[in-house]
Amino acid sequence: MNTTTKRLLMLLPTLLAFTLGLFLYQGIGQDPNKMESSLIGLPLPKFNAQTLVSPSKNVTQADMLGQPALVNVWATWCPTCRAEHEFLLTISKQENIRIYGVNYHDQRPAAQQWLQDLGDPYVFSVFDPKGVLGINLGVVGAPETYLIDAQGIVIDKLTGELNERTWPPLRSQYLSLLQETN
Amino acid sequence: MVKVALASLFFCLAGLAVPLVQADIKSYEFAEPEMAQRFVDLTTVLRCPKCQNQNLADSDSIIAKDLREQVQTLINTGQTNQQITDFMVQRYGNFILYDPPLNKATLVLWLAPIGMVFIGLWALWFFGRKTHVQGAMLSPSEQQKLDQLLAENRTPGRD
Repeated sequence: MNTTTKRLLMLLPTLLAFTLGLFLYQGIGQDPNKMESSLIGLPLPKFNAQTLVSPSKNVTQADMLGQPALVNVWATWCPTCRAEHEFLLTISKQENIRIYGVNYHDQRPAAQQWLQDLGDPYVFSVFDPKGVLGINLGVVGAPETYLIDAQGIVIDKLTGELNERTWPPLRSQYLSLLQETN
Repeated sequence: MVKVALASLFFCLAGLAVPLVQADIKSYEFAEPEMAQRFVDLTTVLRCPKCQNQNLADSDSIIAKDLREQVQTLINTGQTNQQITDFMVQRYGNFILYDPPLNKATLVLWLAPIGMVFIGLWALWFFGRKTHVQGAMLSPSEQQKLDQLLAENRTPGRD
């Protein structure tokens, strides 16, 4: 073995340690709550449930199709939902974004009151008091927002608050989906 | 003495913890006793998606409670453990498994420890080898010279 090879070999453990360090370093600061949704690329799960507003009216996943839209999981017990509600109203009114609600693990009167008091950004809200639709969507907690295309395929998912900071990446996807549809 | 007391206290508490967890499981009803055991097994190996480091059995979060009920329902409707695990992975991804499968994304995790052992063994061999090499590097004439020097400096009467 000549000297150059030997010197290179001596560097090898340092290099390996450095590589491992880099690998571990890129994990630091990543939000452990940020999880890739396994639903992305797949159609919305099938459901048949009451709307929040009227117990006599049932809706299915087919009622969410036709145009790209947001599906927003919310509840009155969820403070972050309260925080993002104003923003949902803004984008539904000013930018004409279609938003469907999933009222998650909630009481019907309280949720109806909330929409009356704060305004209703949703085309309709699915009433999901037992979180059945929630499980099929892979919901971990509220709020969560799914972006779906006109065929109901889930394109992206946001865990946590929708606001000025988190909306733009979803918005650009929404707009390009809208262009494809029209 | 304090150490012994603390240790025994620890073991007493550890002993208490087990029945507490099991008491929670008793509120779930099953058609057959064997199903209850499967419920315990499944909720132990399935991870709560909300809480990072708790399994479904341990967590009090809404989602863990929902998923426990889901596991119960699936068991009672005759699904196998594999089917139930697939059901969960389909919705929550591999995150829900405490024992992640070997695939492209987890390859590094699985192979890194073996790699480390090899690096360690290699390092042992590499640095251990050095002394031998230096000893063997004397040429016959050098060895002769060394022996001569040693012989000259030998203190009389000491060996």
